[in-house]
Amino acid sequence: MDIVNKTAIELLELLEKGEITSWEIASAYLKRIESSDAKINAFVHLDPEQVLKKIKTLPEGKLKGLPIAIKDNLCVKNQLTTCASKILNGFRPPYDATVIEKLEQAGALVLGKVNMDEFAFGSSCETSCYGPTHNPWNTECAPGGSSGGSAASVAAQFTPWALGSDTGGSIRQPASLCGVVGLKPTYGRVSRYGLIAFASSLDQIGPLTHDVRDAALLLNIIAGYDKKDSTSVNIETPDYLANLNENIKGLKIGLPKEYFDVDSNPEVKQSIQQVIEILKSLGAQFKEISLPHTEYAVATYYIIAPSEASSNLARFDGVQYGLRTDNKLDKESPLIDMYLKTRGEGFGPEAKRRVILGTYALSSGYYDAYYLKALKVRTKISQDFKDAFKNVDCIITPTSPTGAFKLGERINDPLAMYLSDIFTISANLAGIPALSIPCGLTAEKLPIGLQVLGKSFDEQTLFNVAYAYQQNTDWHKKKAEI
Amino acid sequence: MQYETVIGLEVHVQMDTQSKAFCGCSTLFGQPANTQTCPVCLGLPGVLPVLNEKFLQYAIKVALALNCKVSNYLKFDRKHYYYPDLPKNYQISQYDMPLAEHGYLEIETENSTAKKIRVLRAHMEEDAGKLIHTSQSSLVDYNRTGMCLLEIVTEPDISSAHEAYDYLTRLKSILEYLEVSDCDMEKGSLRCDANISLRPVGETKLGVKTELKNMNSFKGVRDALEYEVIRQEKALNAGELIVQETRLWDENKQKTFTMRTKEEAHDYRYFPEPDLPPFTIEDKTIETVRKELPELPAVKKERLVSEYKITEYDANVISADKYIALYFEEAAKEYKSPKTIANWLMGDIMNYIHNNQLESKKLAEILPVKYLIEMLELIDNNTISGKIAKKILPDMFTSGNTATQIITEKNLVQISDTSQIETIVDEVIQEHASVAEDFRNGTDKALMFLVGQVMKKTRGKANPQIVNDILRKKLGTT
Repeated sequence: MDIVNKTAIELLELLEKGEITSWEIASAYLKRIESSDAKINAFVHLDPEQVLKKIKTLPEGKLKGLPIAIKDNLCVKNQLTTCASKILNGFRPPYDATVIEKLEQAGALVLGKVNMDEFAFGSSCETSCYGPTHNPWNTECAPGGSSGGSAASVAAQFTPWALGSDTGGSIRQPASLCGVVGLKPTYGRVSRYGLIAFASSLDQIGPLTHDVRDAALLLNIIAGYDKKDSTSVNIETPDYLANLNENIKGLKIGLPKEYFDVDSNPEVKQSIQQVIEILKSLGAQFKEISLPHTEYAVATYYIIAPSEASSNLARFDGVQYGLRTDNKLDKESPLIDMYLKTRGEGFGPEAKRRVILGTYALSSGYYDAYYLKALKVRTKISQDFKDAFKNVDCIITPTSPTGAFKLGERINDPLAMYLSDIFTISANLAGIPALSIPCGLTAEKLPIGLQVLGKSFDEQTLFNVAYAYQQNTDWHKKKAEI
Repeated sequence: MQYETVIGLEVHVQMDTQSKAFCGCSTLFGQPANTQTCPVCLGLPGVLPVLNEKFLQYAIKVALALNCKVSNYLKFDRKHYYYPDLPKNYQISQYDMPLAEHGYLEIETENSTAKKIRVLRAHMEEDAGKLIHTSQSSLVDYNRTGMCLLEIVTEPDISSAHEAYDYLTRLKSILEYLEVSDCDMEKGSLRCDANISLRPVGETKLGVKTELKNMNSFKGVRDALEYEVIRQEKALNAGELIVQETRLWDENKQKTFTMRTKEEAHDYRYFPEPDLPPFTIEDKTIETVRKELPELPAVKKERLVSEYKITEYDANVISADKYIALYFEEAAKEYKSPKTIANWLMGDIMNYIHNNQLESKKLAEILPVKYLIEMLELIDNNTISGKIAKKILPDMFTSGNTATQIITEKNLVQISDTSQIETIVDEVIQEHASVAEDFRNGTDKALMFLVGQVMKKTRGKANPQIVNDILRKKLGTT
């Protein structure tokens, strides 16, 4: 039986019927990782022996020992958790993130930690201290980022599904570039406790899966109010999987003109056009809308996100955990010198760039002009969506203006890299949920992604649209060959 | 030139909550290093703060007791600076929207006039840990990290070291009434920094200030300010400029010293704490806390005067200490003369407590109210003299016995038997015939000597009034 090409739900059905064991499933994935991850570099911390041992200790639960790959910025008790940064070298948190607790209670098997841009700073997985992850569709290409390891591990069939985190597109953009499904839930839907923060007001944890049904199931498991996270919202979590409904007749879908004015790759534009035709044929109604402050989103994001990051990363100082410099310290001021050397050695260039950006934006005398101004624009962007959702049920756009780009192509051009997230950033600023699903391939056989944006806490509509689409197409079934 | 002193105080009060400000760790003092910690207060990667509601409740209590306007909007900010006792390298604090503003505390100046000291703001924040320096290295103890702090800042309304001392005493008294802090400066649960400047009398512009730190007691604050007034005055009179700087108080040398010659330019890069969404404090929440406020010292003082007819001065002293006040009222209800109770409390009892470093909180345990009353009644019915009572009071504290038990045991019951006293008086007159003669000749002082001799022979037990009467009778002056 071919195990690794199945969806999580298909595997659960086989487990249910007793046609396969969780040990066989884990072994099959581990074998494939062993034989092929050298080409992809998705896993950064993996201990196959421990994984297999762990199976016996898992509680009974609806996930029945099904493996899952975890982005390296999610704390797993006593397991290396390094954010793909040298500065967290050797760090093993003494506690589990809430999502990990929930997964383990449901009987999931944590397979290992997957690669990412350092501290999630990047859109290509190239800023990792472990070297880049390669796109399974074309190993010369980037998998996208920052959850590149999560997306690539699903696309390469190293895991049935994975968890990532999304601050400005970090789940959706790699999902798009790797041809998998990726959801950024509404801000506050999933507890951030145990997610090593990049930008606290933007970060959300979400699923990367083969199809929409798996995404709905995984969100069922990880969503919900958590008293350990004051920003998680205390509202009921629906059963997304049970509520999946492919009937989208009369559903009003918005097409934001600002997104279609962008100079996207023609193949991307064409794919989205085909999506529109299919959804129309299923009874959806389309309407052009305007999100007038879209052009300020990237600028706003690159004030708010680095500002919060500069603060969140202040704790990496060599005092308690992680890297501490081995170099000789200045006798006059050893403490300051220890800070400077540790941080100088521990952070990569992109992390330094963002810390400097954020520190500058928060400095007295600049705060009002940058941070405060950015907060005001953020409110405008948020209001744009609120206004739009008075007239439409959801919005569709491309996830990324292009398919996967070559490794090395943008790494020395931060601005070009930042623009990779032009379609995804607004959802984080507005806090709304957004889903990316595969909707085509370029001539070079690289995946194209469709983004569906919805109202706050209305992930169900996004799932339903995507489900209707996947019931009538098979882009999500296309697999990378490695 | 005549100068006037301008002082503002910043007081950090550690709230006596069971758990820390943003995690569930215990706040027990004096535990082994780093045992009262968890991932949250250690600031480990990935953790998030959750506000302790008790902290907010306590802080609102204090704000209301200081007559502040409590904000309806609770918002926290991050204050950034690098130091190893601050595990996140930022402190969760409040910047532009403090919990409370525009309050005041009424104090008494040197010449006993009332004066309002305005409270500029009171804001909530988390405490930092402690560094322990050895010759080889520096160690960090995170037990204190994340404890609940309320920072209370006055306007520069304080005009002397005396006023600063009085402000602190009254603030402490209020905090104790509210039961929100143990206010122990030595344990660091109350810390005070002072800003002080001088300006020529009549000048409205503030002079250059110095910030004084490292005072470990209220007396230390007073001494440091007194020292600094003189230092600045001398400097100004010598035509020197005051340098804006932080100065440390040296308790042993009784002097302040420059802590930093070049003031490090701190940019704390405050911004709203994204992990704690702001929320509304409803008026009704504030009103609920207000209703639960206990009677505060100023109000209690007025009531003691009107209800028990004791002097303003006595009421002031008694109401300053919550437990003394409680003790007083309990005793005053059971005993005819509140004034007598006040005298005993403010005299021998408070002296004993002070000299033996006892907590006033424990008074009712060590010397039960009914024991004190029994002792007072023994004086009233002439079983013992006031002098004997003063003598046995320490025994009552240490042994836990009643006055009756002690005087019986020590044979200290007052002698009121006239025949017994007459015999002794006769002896004394015989032994000091010349003194007796002096008295007969009109030297009043001589009587006191003879009474003293009788008391000596009876080891103080003779009833002095009876002795007096018998002596006068025998010497034929009645």
